Amino acid sequence: MSEISALSVSDLKVHFPVGGGKVVHAVDGISFDIPAGVAFGLVGESGSGKTTAAMACARLNDATDGTIRLGGDDITHLDGDQMRQARRDIQVVFQDPYASLNPRERAGAIVRRPMDLMGIGTPKEREDRVDELFATVGLRAEQKALFPHQFSGGQRQRIGIARALATRPKLIVCDEPVSALDVAIQAQILNLLGRLKAELGLSYLFISHDLGVVQHLCDKIAVMYLGQIVEIGSRSAIFRRPMHPYTMALISAVPTLEAGMDAGMRLKGDPPSPISPPEGCRFAGRCQFAQDRCRQQSPVLSGDPDGQRVACFRARDPEVAALRDKLTSTPA
Amino acid sequence: MSVTDTTPPVAATAGKPLPKPVSPSRQVWQMFRQNHSAMIGLFILFAIIVISIIGPSLYTVSPRDMVWMPLTPPGQSEYLLGTDYLGRDLLAGLINGGRVTITIGFSAAVLTILIGVTIGALAGFFGGRIDNVLMRVTEFFQVLPNLLFAMVVVMLFSPSLINIAIAIGIVSWTSTARLTRAEFLKIREMDYVKAERSIGAGNARLIWKVILPNAAPPLIVVAALSIGSAILFEAGLSFLGLSDPNAMSWGRMIGDNRPYILDSSWGVTFPGIAIFLTVLAISLVGDGLNDAINPKLRQR
Repeated sequence: MSEISALSVSDLKVHFPVGGGKVVHAVDGISFDIPAGVAFGLVGESGSGKTTAAMACARLNDATDGTIRLGGDDITHLDGDQMRQARRDIQVVFQDPYASLNPRERAGAIVRRPMDLMGIGTPKEREDRVDELFATVGLRAEQKALFPHQFSGGQRQRIGIARALATRPKLIVCDEPVSALDVAIQAQILNLLGRLKAELGLSYLFISHDLGVVQHLCDKIAVMYLGQIVEIGSRSAIFRRPMHPYTMALISAVPTLEAGMDAGMRLKGDPPSPISPPEGCRFAGRCQFAQDRCRQQSPVLSGDPDGQRVACFRARDPEVAALRDKLTSTPA
Repeated sequence: MSVTDTTPPVAATAGKPLPKPVSPSRQVWQMFRQNHSAMIGLFILFAIIVISIIGPSLYTVSPRDMVWMPLTPPGQSEYLLGTDYLGRDLLAGLINGGRVTITIGFSAAVLTILIGVTIGALAGFFGGRIDNVLMRVTEFFQVLPNLLFAMVVVMLFSPSLINIAIAIGIVSWTSTARLTRAEFLKIREMDYVKAERSIGAGNARLIWKVILPNAAPPLIVVAALSIGSAILFEAGLSFLGLSDPNAMSWGRMIGDNRPYILDSSWGVTFPGIAIFLTVLAISLVGDGLNDAINPKLRQR
């Protein structure tokens, strides 16, 4: 890859000891690149490790292993002032707008705080920038004096986005930024994020369990299952030609007006425990196509390095292809 | 999800007048103001503090001088509340003793909060080994018998006002530490703490500027109530004779007049009432604060 990626993660592992010598393998060796100006969606169900991975990228969790490069610089082990300066370029929008704003600070102070802490500009410049940011995210500058509890959920998320934009970052980690909002407000926030990406040339690491949301915003998508990426590719590739049975299951779970929810396959059961992940393919226990080989060997991501890659032994088998055809033939 | 680009709702709210900023503390005050018993408590407390501050300069009789016959009942002389076993004016004692009692109450409470919050905050924020060590220390202080330990501290040093306040503070900070720790454990996992970290806040800022203000409400209630218990503690120590010989406090008045309780009940009654009223007022205020801070609890 000739250009420097906005964010480049290689073989990232995040393990949490849970006592008794047991370890939760929350994120177990994932690698991906986010080129500048690209919205990268990381999807998966609860417990797949997507949020943990995102938090590790923003250095809010410690990585157990692997490297995280932000704009070419290794930030995996930075600390103190170096990390503080690196944070200018990577900011986070959190899931729950009711929990992510300090209830005792005024909206203006919340948005100004990143600049205060990183010593950007003079106090006057910071104040002007806050006004500008409020306008950018669709709030009125007079609302600066209000406290978080005086805003609606959508407005609070706008404040959260304004705070993330304050230091003019190159990459924003969005941790399910719309999942706590009403559907109508979700669309507003997604459109805002889309507009900001186009206007400011931002890159996103966008975490979601909702493929519909990801389809709306993301250029590139990775599907996570139990701490690993099972499929990665462009939006069109993932939605038009999903290769992994798990991806197909996720896509068929997106309700559409035409097909309702009955297209394709339905998943049964829960993911296995991340404390002792099963041998072989981690999805094998829930996969209708699983064979002996799947339970014994671990598939690795394979395919075009810059295009679609999938970690499945059976992705090209006729049975799987048949389901794919059935799934993708329904008008989306 | 295909949605045409909707402009942000600036236009929708543009004309409407904005609500006034309402800070969380202001909300608490508004709730508190509607609570009658809490307001009465606040008024009594305010009155007692005012009397203690300006009373001695308005009512200039010395609480230490023998001014009349010993053990004169109330209303039988120019000294309204009568005299004690040494013929000292009880009213002067009450007015001057209030200063001492309230000063000790406040300073012991401040000390309680300082020690308790510091230890609890560090334990709750850092967790792990630091938490372990600090909590074992807290437990050590918790299992010591309070009164006995305070008596030992006061007797080891001299029974001066400062030492008494320190002794009370040292024996009563443990529950504050536990509460602070619990609040910190809860709040440090909140997203806004993570958000502060992600914009470059260091530990010191997180502890003192972010988590502590949000942990403050229950701590304020405890602080208020601990003034009351410190006053009672001081009275207890004085009753047992451990009081500053140079300072007149309500507890000491009770202790001094205790042997004569059968001949002159007024000698212990009036300081007793003063302590009762003060502690009652503080409890009312504390409960009112608690209700105002946790409005949901009040419905029960």
